[in-house]
Amino acid sequence: MPEVNKPMTETTSRDLFPGALEMMILESLRRQPSHGYALVQHIQQRSKNLLQVEEGSLYPALQRLLKAKLVKAQWDVSPANRRVRTYNITTSGLRRLDEQISSFEQMFEGIALVLNPSNATTH
Amino acid sequence: MNWIRNIFRRGKPYDDLSEEIRLHIEERAEQLMGEGMSPEEAQRKARVAFGNRTVLEERSREVWRWPTLESIWADVRFALRGMRKSPGSTIAAVLTLAMAIGANAVVFGALNALILLPLNVPQAERLFVIQHGSDVASHSYPDYLDLRQRNRSFDDVAVFAISQSGLDTGKDPSNVWEYETSGNYFDTLRVHPYLGRFFHASDEHGPNSAPYVVLTYAYWHSHFQDDRTVVGRVVRLNRHPFTILGVAPPGFQGTILFFASDIFVPIVNHEQLSGDKMILNARGNHWMFEMVARLKPGIAPAQATADLTSVDSYLKKNYPKEESNDAYTLARPGLHGDYMGRPMRAFLTGLMLLSGLILLAACANLGSLFAARAADRSREVALRLALGSSRNRILRQLFTESLLLSLAGGVAGLVASILLLRRLSAWQPFPRFPLHVPVSPDIKVYLVALVLALVSGILFGIVPVRQILRANPYEIVKAGSTGAFGRRITVRDVLLVVQIAICAVLVTSSMVAVRGLMRSMHSNFGFEPRNAMLVDTDLTAAGYTGERVPAMQRRIIDDLQAIPGVDSVGSVNYPPLEPPGTWQGLVYTDTTADLSPSNAAADPNMFNVSPDYFRASGTSLLAGRALTWRDDANAPRVAVVNREFASKILGSVPDAVGRYFKLRDGTRVRVVGLVEDGKYVSLTESQQPAMFFPLLQSPASWTWLVVRSSRDPQQLAASMRSTLRDIDPGMVVAIRPWSTELGGALFPSRMATISLGVLGMMGAMLSITGIFGMAAYSVSKRFKELGIRVALGAKKKEVLQAALGRAFKLLAIGSGVGLVLGLLATKVLAFIVYQATPRDPLVLAGVVLAMAALGLLATWIPAQRALSVNPLVLLREE
Repeated sequence: MPEVNKPMTETTSRDLFPGALEMMILESLRRQPSHGYALVQHIQQRSKNLLQVEEGSLYPALQRLLKAKLVKAQWDVSPANRRVRTYNITTSGLRRLDEQISSFEQMFEGIALVLNPSNATTH
Repeated sequence: MNWIRNIFRRGKPYDDLSEEIRLHIEERAEQLMGEGMSPEEAQRKARVAFGNRTVLEERSREVWRWPTLESIWADVRFALRGMRKSPGSTIAAVLTLAMAIGANAVVFGALNALILLPLNVPQAERLFVIQHGSDVASHSYPDYLDLRQRNRSFDDVAVFAISQSGLDTGKDPSNVWEYETSGNYFDTLRVHPYLGRFFHASDEHGPNSAPYVVLTYAYWHSHFQDDRTVVGRVVRLNRHPFTILGVAPPGFQGTILFFASDIFVPIVNHEQLSGDKMILNARGNHWMFEMVARLKPGIAPAQATADLTSVDSYLKKNYPKEESNDAYTLARPGLHGDYMGRPMRAFLTGLMLLSGLILLAACANLGSLFAARAADRSREVALRLALGSSRNRILRQLFTESLLLSLAGGVAGLVASILLLRRLSAWQPFPRFPLHVPVSPDIKVYLVALVLALVSGILFGIVPVRQILRANPYEIVKAGSTGAFGRRITVRDVLLVVQIAICAVLVTSSMVAVRGLMRSMHSNFGFEPRNAMLVDTDLTAAGYTGERVPAMQRRIIDDLQAIPGVDSVGSVNYPPLEPPGTWQGLVYTDTTADLSPSNAAADPNMFNVSPDYFRASGTSLLAGRALTWRDDANAPRVAVVNREFASKILGSVPDAVGRYFKLRDGTRVRVVGLVEDGKYVSLTESQQPAMFFPLLQSPASWTWLVVRSSRDPQQLAASMRSTLRDIDPGMVVAIRPWSTELGGALFPSRMATISLGVLGMMGAMLSITGIFGMAAYSVSKRFKELGIRVALGAKKKEVLQAALGRAFKLLAIGSGVGLVLGLLATKVLAFIVYQATPRDPLVLAGVVLAMAALGLLATWIPAQRALSVNPLVLLREE
């Protein structure tokens, strides 16, 4: 039997809501341009292993961002002296990220209110 | 346009992506090695962690795609590859479809041009033909005038007759076909001239008051070379001067679609054209060809019919002797009302139905072929399913294939049908009449062909769908393609039997028709068309009247007789078997006193002939004497009759000569000679009585000369033409070999034979592909079973029986049913094709042989395959 590819923790990126992965990719790229492999590592570390990005989702998502001109890519040589394809966030990518974050925060707040009304805070 | 650039630059992102993924895996592997894994283990683990790289690349690429177009293109390429791999079945499929779709396009083209399209005039939907009774021509001119004046439902009513005249422009006079129309004809139709002007009702001021001609565009183009100065020129029509007023617009040749006239002349000048002073005012003479009327706005056809009926009752009251009891009705214009319209509609609708059936049968065939191929490929399909392809994707692939095939077939069929329709449009079945079939294909025909192609592609693509949706990849991969092969009767089986039966009917009838046609070519017409020329002379058109006609005819006959190599020359008022038919006259037995029509003994064919006619036409004289120039107006009335006349009217064949019979006016006619029976109107007619009167006792100004000579027809025609020019250069002359002229009489049988032959060929093709599909399917489905049978010692015969028994059984049932139906159908055929009889051993044997050959041909490849089963190979493979 081949080995089953199990994540280290009981999490999965498959259950993320639509657009979440893109949002996280954009946010990571805003902090630092990087290539695909680094992005996977970065998201995993930042989420303290709570989120694991599958390559199967990452690359199609990157292609979507490329096509929408939210990121751009170029071939580079990494600090570790590897040939890599580095992604940069574009101006419209930054704009989109802001929009998404604010709408995400609203949604998150809404969900929090529904789940736990007593703890609601007002701005 | 970004997406266009993207299509062309797509290779770049794809390559980048592959490279990126490769590097990604590499980096992961290096990291794992850094953690202490062996290189191989690290590589493997990195790849496993990455997942299905192909699917991932595919999904990443999908982002870039103009989604469907590109994957369709991939499907198309795949389908083309598959087709190249099996060119035989591809060509068969395309040809089948091309034929079926082509046949539909041709029939629809004819239907479209003749039935669906309105006349090419403004507001054609308000135009109607006023019919009276069911004859070809049914109105008299005075009736028309009354109808036009007294109706309250029509904006205007126009009328026309069709005739032929000699048109002389100063050099080489020629025959033209003309519409003799009422002055308001063009105004009623609302047609406007291409050049010059038309004549109007205001141009008519009594008999012969409007000597004007309007040319059709086609005639102006071919005979005046588009010369714009013709307007105002004076030409001679039957020797009378007429002024050319103008040219009709292109595409307008009158209100009868299949009749291409050359010119239009006002009917008030009919006397000049025909020499007949009386006919225009004769109320009892129904020679007007068609009445066309434009309905007033807001009046329904039913109201107009009621209005016509009230005019009719006025006419009946005032002219009880002349008016018939037929009612007035309205019909669509274009095909001469219901006279041609109804049979044409029925014929074309029937043809459309038949070709639709053929297309359906073709789809059924290709469907089974597809099912067979799908069965053959079930492993491939199973593998694809197991590897994660979706069923949708596989179905789309299949439909791409079927649509590609059907489009290829559709295009081929359309091209063929356009060529055929063009030929059909240019075709003139009767050299003497300007009849043609105006069926140029238009956008509607193309659309119909395209839609038919798409629909049939979907239809036959659907057949294997269930098979694939049900396919269980696990089972198929495990067990091979041995789905349960049902023994129950399927719809496909029934379709196949029906199709084979149709094919057998068509094969039977086409064979019967061909045999009949062959026999009728060699049968006895009662005259000998070989080595005889026909000359069509109209002395009225050349300006001869009264006493000058017979003298002139005598001179022509004598001069032609003097041409070296001419054996004999005779004249006849209208030759037998020349469409549309001969003249007839009521006759009575000598003892009949009351000469009312109901007492007549017969209505025999009547010919006015010159003395040498029998010799020139090759009609053998059985008893008595031929006619002579002495049988003139002053001599007692005499006649030569045929055998049928003798036995039917005179009561005795041996004693016929010397007996008498009576004509309608009471004249007693003495029979002086007896000739053999012949065919007079159609080849399929039963034996008809005929009588021949001497030319000088019953003169006719329009005669045909029969010139018998064994000289070369071309040379003979040239010397005849120069002889006739010497006599009168203004005479219109048409010279043709009699055997060519007979083409008209053989036309229906030829057409029936050709169309049945074509349909029979199609039926045969379809049966072959149908049986082939079924047999191939059966063999491929039971390949393993056959292998086991062979392994257990089955002989070749048993293998074949197992593999193809069902196909042959269906073939036998279908052929049997078809043969019986075909024999029944030929009874109908016998009315069209002379001497068509189903009780012909050659036909029966031919049909059985043909069907057997079909079966053999169709099962040859599957049979070879079944026989080539090698159980060892088969068992090893499994």
